[in-house]
Amino acid sequence: MTWVAVLVAAGGCYLLKLGGLSVPPRVLERPLVSRVADLIPVALLAALVAVQVFADGRHLVLDARVAGLATAVVLLLLRAPFLVVVFGAAAVAAGLRLL
Amino acid sequence: MPSDSDTLPAAERAAIVRDSLGVGVATGVYGVSFGAVSVAAGLDVWQTCALSLLAFTGASQFALVGVLASGGAPLSGAAAALLLGTRNTLYGLRVAGLLRWTGWRRAAAAHLLIDESTAMSVTRGTTPAARLGFLTTGVTIFVLWNVFTLLGAMAGTAIGDPRSYGLDAAVGAAFLALLWPRLRDRRALVVALAAAAVAVVAVPLSPAGVPVLVAAAVALLAGLLGERR
Repeated sequence: MTWVAVLVAAGGCYLLKLGGLSVPPRVLERPLVSRVADLIPVALLAALVAVQVFADGRHLVLDARVAGLATAVVLLLLRAPFLVVVFGAAAVAAGLRLL
Repeated sequence: MPSDSDTLPAAERAAIVRDSLGVGVATGVYGVSFGAVSVAAGLDVWQTCALSLLAFTGASQFALVGVLASGGAPLSGAAAALLLGTRNTLYGLRVAGLLRWTGWRRAAAAHLLIDESTAMSVTRGTTPAARLGFLTTGVTIFVLWNVFTLLGAMAGTAIGDPRSYGLDAAVGAAFLALLWPRLRDRRALVVALAAAAVAVVAVPLSPAGVPVLVAAAVALLAGLLGERR
């Protein structure tokens, strides 16, 4: 099943790219399409952050991942590069689990 | 308007290549975090590398493995990846008139259509300049993203339980870093907070993977309500 998901995602992502290069631009000129397309990544990424940090299966938990997220926020405010943010969050979470 | 000229002054060409390589290298190496996170989520090295080779769009790849990591059904993960992939459609609509490729060239260029290749081409004034920025950025990132995905996946497989290295916390941090530049816009910030709240509320109420999809409805609602801009 994981392979099915990988191949569906890969094929679909390619077609979404090709579709954008091939569709007449007037579709985008419809304001509703443009606004929703613009906001969907924001909503999805925010939801993914929340689920990654607070969910354990179908339960909500507070654990070392919250400290990892707080670290990421601080590093982003300091304008740290992407890799520093990602591995900084991992390092803090790992450190807390060692205690 | 794009010009039909196929020639670029040497200085402009050099500047575009330099800028594109810089962005490409900086972006490509974070394939290492995708590789590590993906094997931590339970995908094998082959599946991880197939995603980087064939899907080649970072946020969608992280979304797929993120949903799987939280125990979601594989097809919920694929659905989240596709929803995030819609942003590349939007980029395509914006750059199509500037790049002006047709036939097999358009089909090949489509694979390289991501945030960074769009950003490095959409600001150029002519078609040759836009194409040079798009291709230099896209090819550089494609090569490095795949090499570093493999390195990250192999390292991630070698180190044992990913939780003891905090890699589960790294996924949330990666998503937040991808989202961060958008939060300067007040409406985007409101949508982000509402979507996060909806997802958290949905976690105990629905199977894993579904909360992320439910949160996408916030974008739809905000789009329907927002008449401004």
